[in-house]
Amino acid sequence: MKWLLIGIIVAATSVGEVMQALGMRRHGEIHDFRPGALRRAMALLARNGFVIGSVLAMAVSFFAYMGLLTVAELSFAVPATAITYVLETVLARFVLKERVNWLRWAGASLVICGVALVSL
Amino acid sequence: MHSDTARLRVKSWVCAVVVVLSSVFGNFFLKLGMPASLETPAAYILVLFRPTVAFGVALLVLWMLSRMALLSWADLSYVLPVTAIGYVLVALVGRILLHEAITGRRWTGILLIMAGVALVSVGTTPQTVARRAEPVGASR
Repeated sequence: MKWLLIGIIVAATSVGEVMQALGMRRHGEIHDFRPGALRRAMALLARNGFVIGSVLAMAVSFFAYMGLLTVAELSFAVPATAITYVLETVLARFVLKERVNWLRWAGASLVICGVALVSL
Repeated sequence: MHSDTARLRVKSWVCAVVVVLSSVFGNFFLKLGMPASLETPAAYILVLFRPTVAFGVALLVLWMLSRMALLSWADLSYVLPVTAIGYVLVALVGRILLHEAITGRRWTGILLIMAGVALVSVGTTPQTVARRAEPVGASR
């Protein structure tokens, strides 16, 4: 049950994150943090297909995460869901076409190893 | 160009701090208010009305919004590693506030995470700015 929930969380989070990044990139940098401007930005984002998709994926991930929290400790649940790093770094490189240099790969790998140890 | 880079770096760090703290304490309050089991779909909805759970959810909403803002100017592969410091803080919160047992192996993992985070965040921001600047000049 634990690992099924983790699988759902990892898949839904990774897909959601990538769609969120695609959606926000299409929107562009947020410069203006005044309430009116933020409201206009929110209205635009609410019509952005990638942003809508990412919110749905995050909702799936969130309810699965609530289920996981009922059966697991916090210091297990949070690191275990970090398996998303593997999937997300690969997706960042190949779907978002971000430059991922060797230093970032090394750093991300270290983080993943650390997360694996933490969850043991 | 230089001041723009500096501005983005400060803005990114301030935003990253909000992202990390809202995530850590959002998870903490969510766990604090969560019952031992959720049997029915209705139970998943009803539990959201417990004050501690609701506060945790509010913090996680702040986490999501601040993270979306950060993602509008920074790469996902910058945001992910930098906010990974949250894994260290959430373990500390679990240990101190929830009295969870944390083994030596787990603490080793935490040190590895910190090393990984330090490695990735050095010199990442200029690359994020450079990547934005390039296509505009090259393609138009």
